[in-house]
Amino acid sequence: MRYLPLTEADRHDMLAAIGVSSVDELFRDVPQAARIPGPIGGLPNFAGELEVERTLASMAGKNIAVGSVPSFVGCGAYKHHVPATVDYMVQRGEFLTAYTPYQPEISQGTLQVLFEFQTQVALLTGMDVANASMYDGATACAEAVMMANRLTRRKKAILSGGLHPHYRDTTTTDARFIGFEAVAMPPAPRGGEDLMALVDENTSCVVVQNPDVFGHVRDYTALAQMCQAKGALLIVVVTEAVSLGLLTPPGEMGADIVAAEGQSLGNALNFGGPYVGLFAVKEKYVRQMPGRLCGQTVDADGRRGFVLTLSTREQHIRREKATSNICTNAGLCALAFSIHLSLLGEEGFTRLARINHHKAVQLADRLSGVKGVELVNDSFFNEFTVTLPRDAAEVVEELAQRRILAGVPASRLFAGALKDHLILAATETTTDSDMDALTKALSEVL
Amino acid sequence: MSMNSQGRPSGTGSADSAIPETVTGNRGLQIEEPLIFEQDSPGRTGVDLPVVPAMQMRLGTVKPRARVGLPGLSEPQVVRHYTRLSQKNYSIDTGLYPLGSCTMKHNPRLNEKMARLPGFADVHPLQPESTVQGALELMNELARWLTALTGMAAVTLAPAAGAHGEMAGMMAIRAALEHRGEAGRTRVLVPESAHGTNPATAAALGFSVDPIPAGPDGRVDLDAMTAKLGPDVAGIMLTNPNTCGLFERDIRAIADAIHGAGGYFYCDGANFNAIVGRVKPADLGIDAMHINLHKTFSTPHGGGGPGSGPVVFSAALAPFVPVPYVVADAGGLRLVETAEQGTEFGRMKAFHGQMGMFVRALAYILSHGADGLWQASGDAVLNANYVMARLKDVMTPSFEGPCMHECLFDDRFLKGTGVTTLDIAKALIDEGFHPMTMYFPLVVHGALLIEPTETESKAGLDQFIMALKSLAVRATEGDVAYFQGAPRLTPRRRLDETAAARKPILRWTPPAEAALAAE
Repeated sequence: MRYLPLTEADRHDMLAAIGVSSVDELFRDVPQAARIPGPIGGLPNFAGELEVERTLASMAGKNIAVGSVPSFVGCGAYKHHVPATVDYMVQRGEFLTAYTPYQPEISQGTLQVLFEFQTQVALLTGMDVANASMYDGATACAEAVMMANRLTRRKKAILSGGLHPHYRDTTTTDARFIGFEAVAMPPAPRGGEDLMALVDENTSCVVVQNPDVFGHVRDYTALAQMCQAKGALLIVVVTEAVSLGLLTPPGEMGADIVAAEGQSLGNALNFGGPYVGLFAVKEKYVRQMPGRLCGQTVDADGRRGFVLTLSTREQHIRREKATSNICTNAGLCALAFSIHLSLLGEEGFTRLARINHHKAVQLADRLSGVKGVELVNDSFFNEFTVTLPRDAAEVVEELAQRRILAGVPASRLFAGALKDHLILAATETTTDSDMDALTKALSEVL
Repeated sequence: MSMNSQGRPSGTGSADSAIPETVTGNRGLQIEEPLIFEQDSPGRTGVDLPVVPAMQMRLGTVKPRARVGLPGLSEPQVVRHYTRLSQKNYSIDTGLYPLGSCTMKHNPRLNEKMARLPGFADVHPLQPESTVQGALELMNELARWLTALTGMAAVTLAPAAGAHGEMAGMMAIRAALEHRGEAGRTRVLVPESAHGTNPATAAALGFSVDPIPAGPDGRVDLDAMTAKLGPDVAGIMLTNPNTCGLFERDIRAIADAIHGAGGYFYCDGANFNAIVGRVKPADLGIDAMHINLHKTFSTPHGGGGPGSGPVVFSAALAPFVPVPYVVADAGGLRLVETAEQGTEFGRMKAFHGQMGMFVRALAYILSHGADGLWQASGDAVLNANYVMARLKDVMTPSFEGPCMHECLFDDRFLKGTGVTTLDIAKALIDEGFHPMTMYFPLVVHGALLIEPTETESKAGLDQFIMALKSLAVRATEGDVAYFQGAPRLTPRRRLDETAAARKPILRWTPPAEAALAAE
């Protein structure tokens, strides 16, 4: 077996040094009835690289890769072009195969990356501080709600109907088991929610998404002020990080906590994971934050260095009194995010956001010209909703047969509701011919 | 100094080996690297993008933002920045990484290559199921292996990490209890040797945590455990093999006792690498167990994630799983994304789980096969016992008898020397090794928990043993100053963690703003 360095002679010598005659003897504490006498039957034995590649490539070959066809699928995961440098750097073994940086003297690489990542996330969101990442945007959203509950000592969260249903459901799962109330508003594809009317003295937070799941962009400054007046926090969710290159950031609108998905920068679609949750707050809340934090300090020689800090919030120190049970973050995905953003810089990032918006404007105009297609949005970033004269899931399936991924039927996210609504995204990867193919196919099937 | 025929010096230079102060602060390959924000030149970029045509923006009432504040660097600067940072990290690719209960084994590059196949990496989670049949097949195949290796009835692939898996398992137990009309069971037994995530998970879900003391043999004290059973007990969270590196000999009796009292048996599977392919958790009476794909099945730790924590369930808990999961019907494979049976307990994250980790784990499993996994767990246990046997005369093993895949020492061998467990760890860094897990588990004093894994060679272990032995001898000789000054040869020496926590600096601030804030 190519991954196992011990030879039979090694094993023999080592058993002798231990003073036993077989490896089985080392398993003597296992109840006899539970010991399997040899390799489990009915399963294949070892395979070489070539054989494994063939097996997995055959599975991969049955999927349509987004990059191989015109694709307009978004809703919380976006196809962007990732510069070659990103994946090359991420695969350096010193990043890829390191553990959590608990020994800072030999982990300054990972730690400095986290410090820079935290700064980048704070800058993007317009917030004071950010943590070293969460599992994904949805778990970041649920953790933000629980943090608001701790800070306000209240137990009711109001979730906008524009919140991605997976984020909503992740939060309501926690609400059920952890014991708080999550009031989820019905989907509002045309907006018009009056969230403030629901805020009372028991409300810990209001959760909105910008752009929302239907693509609308809104200014939440007034909502932030109203929340503050009632002692509730405003949590802003962002599922498309590239939008932060063009839109007024949540921090400037007065958000208390930002929970976001960072997949768009540096990370592949990966059929939904692993992604990277972004979590940023106002400075005064930092000690109630979940997850890891990296901080600056000095070493014994007085040189600047970095360490994991404020770990007295965390499970490995506080055990049952921890702010969260979270142990890992999304280190390598955060690294990819950070490298991509370092390459883009101010110039590249803001331009990328404008290109995305421009592509979506083009797409919206093109689709508005297709008979039966009605644009729902009057505002959007790189994603918007249209209504179709037919069941959108059926249309999407028919177009998939023609190798066009036409977007996400809202019914897939909203348990069968909004059957005629289709949500489409455009990014810098969308070409004119992609748009041609979509409009042509749509006009044929509608 | 000798010269070669071209008049070029061929000797190795002066014998003076003291580390000189350099003008740059760099030390050969250890190059000082400023923050990216300190390398900014406005207008510079590492990505060439087309000019944006003039357009009428559709941002409604939202104003376009004026400035983000990101630094501008070119591609070569970015490459050099991250290359230099990477060189300040220890990694498995660098050398032995014997962190107990972390299973830092070799990460095969084949797995990386497979995860990057466009058919896996470039697939959107919300594209039609008809276009992702191969992805669903991969999830199904991984699920099949995980249930076969554990003997359990069902598996959820949804959880994003081990602690997230614990959450899923304990939510399933709560859901099952509610289904039985026994929501009043709110007490969870947790051994004192447990990972911190166990009590944190139970407490987060509103369970009260009732600690069980360890017996003198490092295992759960069965009498103490059964004495704590009662009608309010929801279950037990037990790590097996436990964090002392020991197999819980009484595990069947523990399972029978908890089941007899109406509770469920949650097993923390962090240490599954010791027994994978040799013992099926189902045969031990376990109801739920998470599997850290980033430990047992070698998906890379990545400097702290991403992980993946599938949970296997017994038949009793199988109906109480999170969504989504994959089912097969006439039309092929499909995802159940909202509750269909009525007993599923909800969603735990966006989309369908850590697919990129599933691909890597399956590549690892297929490479090993049943016979390779058998050999791997055997070698993991052999390596740990070898380390213990070779060090037991100079260090103090905490417990008698063979260990599983990790061996535990305490600091009795340091008593009276003035040298601490931390000092040993830091001195080990200068010898070119990552330290072992320190001060965990909490059930022994000054713990040193060593997990070599099966992917270390005997020669590598012998070198590690020699280094540890010499440090142990040095400590007993009273050379305290040597230890307290360690490490000396690293990019940074000991860092002031107290100062970092007292006045946290969690981000870079532009010098102008920083100066303003200081006024």
